[in-house]
Amino acid sequence: MDVLMLSRLQFAFATFIHFIFVPLTLGLSLIVAVMETKYVRTGDETYKRMAKFWGKLFLINFALGVVTGITLEFQFGTNWSRYSEFVGDIFGSLLAIEATAAFFLESTFIAVWVFGWEKLSPKLHAVCIWLVAFAANLSALWILLANGFMQHPVGYVIRNGRAELSSFLEVVTNPYGWNEFFHTVTGAWALGGFFVVGVSSIHLLRKSNVDFFTKSFRVGAAFALIFSIVVALVGHRQGNIVAEVQPAKLAAMESHWETQKNAPMYLLAVPDPANEGNSIQIGRIPSILSLMAFNDPSAEVKGLKDFPKEDRPPVTLTFSAFRLMVGLGTLMLVLAVLAFIARHHPAESSPKLLKAFIWTIPVPYIALQAGWAVAEVGRQPWIVYGIMRTRDAVSTLAVEQVAISLVAFFVVYILLAALDIFLLAKYARKDPA
Amino acid sequence: MDLGTTWFILWGVLWAIYFVLDGFDFGIGIIRPFFSKSDVETRIMYNAMGPFWDGNEVWLITAGGVTFAAFPKTYAVMFSSLYTPLMLLLFALILRGVTLEFRSKVDSEGWRKLWDACNFLGSFLPALLLGVAFANIFKGVPIDGNGILQGNLLTLLNPYGLAGGLLFVALFAHHGALWLAFKSEGDIRARALGLAGKLWPVVAVLVVLFLVMSWTMTQLFTNYLVNPILFAILLVPVIGLILTYTYRKQGRPLASWVGSALLIGGAALFGVVGIFPALLPSSLNPAYSMTIENSSSTPLTLSIMLGVALVFVPIVIIYQVWTLHTFRHPVTKEDLEYEEAY
Repeated sequence: MDVLMLSRLQFAFATFIHFIFVPLTLGLSLIVAVMETKYVRTGDETYKRMAKFWGKLFLINFALGVVTGITLEFQFGTNWSRYSEFVGDIFGSLLAIEATAAFFLESTFIAVWVFGWEKLSPKLHAVCIWLVAFAANLSALWILLANGFMQHPVGYVIRNGRAELSSFLEVVTNPYGWNEFFHTVTGAWALGGFFVVGVSSIHLLRKSNVDFFTKSFRVGAAFALIFSIVVALVGHRQGNIVAEVQPAKLAAMESHWETQKNAPMYLLAVPDPANEGNSIQIGRIPSILSLMAFNDPSAEVKGLKDFPKEDRPPVTLTFSAFRLMVGLGTLMLVLAVLAFIARHHPAESSPKLLKAFIWTIPVPYIALQAGWAVAEVGRQPWIVYGIMRTRDAVSTLAVEQVAISLVAFFVVYILLAALDIFLLAKYARKDPA
Repeated sequence: MDLGTTWFILWGVLWAIYFVLDGFDFGIGIIRPFFSKSDVETRIMYNAMGPFWDGNEVWLITAGGVTFAAFPKTYAVMFSSLYTPLMLLLFALILRGVTLEFRSKVDSEGWRKLWDACNFLGSFLPALLLGVAFANIFKGVPIDGNGILQGNLLTLLNPYGLAGGLLFVALFAHHGALWLAFKSEGDIRARALGLAGKLWPVVAVLVVLFLVMSWTMTQLFTNYLVNPILFAILLVPVIGLILTYTYRKQGRPLASWVGSALLIGGAALFGVVGIFPALLPSSLNPAYSMTIENSSSTPLTLSIMLGVALVFVPIVIIYQVWTLHTFRHPVTKEDLEYEEAY
C-alpha cells in the first residue's frame, strides 16, 4: 500500500472512531440541559438527579470526543499537506473559528458545570450546560461548513495555484454545509433520545428507580420521535441538494447507470461496477428515483455511465452505505413511535419491547456512520468536489511513517473505544445517586 | 503594522499562551510520581488541574487552527515534516486526557496505577516533544525547496533540540509545582513550594545554557543585533525568572506562578521574534524557509480572521479568568469526596 491509501485509511478510521463520541455529545448535552432546566423550573429533585446521572455518561463520552478530535485537525497538516496548502485560505479559517468561537466555550463550561454544582446558583449552573450544548452544536456547524466546502466549494477563486477566498459570506451560507449540519445534528439528537430510552429500559426492565427512569424515558422518547422525523425530512432535502450539485454521488448512491427520465428505483439491487450495471435488480418502482431526487417523477437523472470512469465514486460502498442508512432510519422511526406510545408507563410495557429498546441503542450510531460513509466515499475521487482530487492532496511521507502511525491509531483507538463502551455500560447500569 | 506581521505576532502569542496554560498541567503530571505519597495526594494533584486542563488544551487547537488559517503553507510543511514527533505528541495528549476521566471510574489499584503511568507519559512526552520541536524550529529544520524534511526523528534530536526539550520539561515541572502549591494547603503546599525551590536552580542553569547555545548554534540573535531595542523582549523571561524566585521566597505561590508564566511565555516569544519573518526556517537554504511572505493566507482571510480573533480571544480570556476565580480555592480532602471529583 502507498502513502495515499494508508493516509486515507488512517483518516477514515480516526474519523469513524471520533464520530462514535460526537453524536452522543451533541444529543445528550441538549437532553441534560432540558432535564436541568426542568429542575430549575419545578424544583423537582428527580430532575437534578437525572441531570447528574446522564451528565456522568455524557462526560465519559465527552473526554474521548475531545482527544480524538485533536488528531483530526492535525492530520490535515501531517497527511494532507498539499490539500492544506491548497484550501487553507478558506478551510483553515473555518477550523480556527470553530476553536475560538465554539470549542473554548464548550471545554471551559463543561468543567465549570462538573465542578460547580455547589459553587454556582442553580440558574447559573443550568446556564453552563446550555452553553455547553449550544457550543457543541455550534462546533458542528463550523466543522460542517468546512466539510460543505469540500463537498460543494463556493466563495472562492483559483489564484496563485490555490483556492483563495472571494466571499466569506458565500462560504458561511453554503446551503450544502447548512443542510449537512441540520441532517447531522438532528440525527445526533435522535441518537441521544434513543440512548436515553435504551438505558432507561435497562432499569425499567428491573423495575428499579421506576419514577426516575420513566421521567428520563419520556424525555428520550420525545427526542427520538421528533428528531427521527426531522432527520428524515432534512435527509430528503440533502438528497435533492446532492442530485443538483453532486450528480455522480447520487448515481452511485442508487447504483443508477443509464441516464434517463422517469428513473426507477429497485427494492433489491446488487451493483456490478466492472460491467457498468447491476448484476441483480428486483422490485422496480417506476419514476421514484426521479421523484425522490428532483421532486418531479419525469425529471432526468444522470447515470454513472455518463461520467468518465476516473470521476466515479466507489459504487458498491456508497450504494450499500446509503441503503443501510435509509433502512436503519426507517427502523428508528418505527421504534421511536413505539417508545412515544409507551412513554407514560414504560415500566408496564412488555419486557420484549424494553429489551428491543436496549438492543437498538447502536442502531442510530450505525445509521449516522453509514450516512457519513455516503457523504465522504461518495465524494471520491475528489477531496474538494470538482477542483482537487484526493490523490493530489496527500503529503510526501515515508511509507513506514504512515504505516506505523496507522497501526498505532488502530491499537490505541480500539482500546479506547472498548474502554469507553465498558465504562459507559458500567455507569449506565448503576443506580442513580 | 501590516496584516502578515500582526498575524505572526498573534501566532507567537497563541503558542506562548498554550505553553503557559497547559504547561502547569504537564508539570503536575511530571512531578507527581516523585511527589505524591498517597492516593489522596495523587487525587489532590489531579483535581488541582481538574477544572482547567480541558480549556487549556483548546489553546493548542487554536494555535494549530490559526497556523492553518493564517499561514496554510507553514501549517502544511511544518506538520508534515514533523510527522513522527507530532503523532507522538497527539497520542501522549490522548493518554493524558483520558487518564483524568477514567482513573476514578473503576475501584482497583491496578487500574489506577495504569492511568497514573499514562498520565506521567502523557505529560512528560508532550513537554519534551514540544521543547524539541520548538528548539528545532528556532534553529531551522532541514526542509528542501519542496517543503520536504531531509532527515528523520533523529535529525531533530540534535544537542540544541535536546536542550530545548530538557528546558521545557524543567520549566513545566517548576511551573506545575507552583500551581500545585497555589491549589493546595498545609503540608502539600509547603512541599510543593520546596520542590519548586529545588527546581528553580535547574531551570536557571538550563535557561542560561539555552541562551548560550542559541547564541553559538543558531541565528536567533540576528534580529536582536539589527534592532537592539528588541533585547527588551529578553527582559520578560529574565524578570520572570527573578520574580518567580522572589515571590516563592515570600510564600506567594500564585504570584510566583505568574513570574514563571512570564518566564515560559517570554522564552517562547524570544524564539519567535528571533526567527521573524520566518515561521519555519530552513537550515538548508534561507530561500526554502516558510515565511510570512511565502506562506500566508490572502489579506481578505487575514482581515476576517483578525476580526474574529479580536472579538473572541478577549471573550475567551474573560471567561477563563472567571473560571480560574471561581475555582481558586485550595483542593482539600473534603473536596475529594465531591462525587464529580477526579
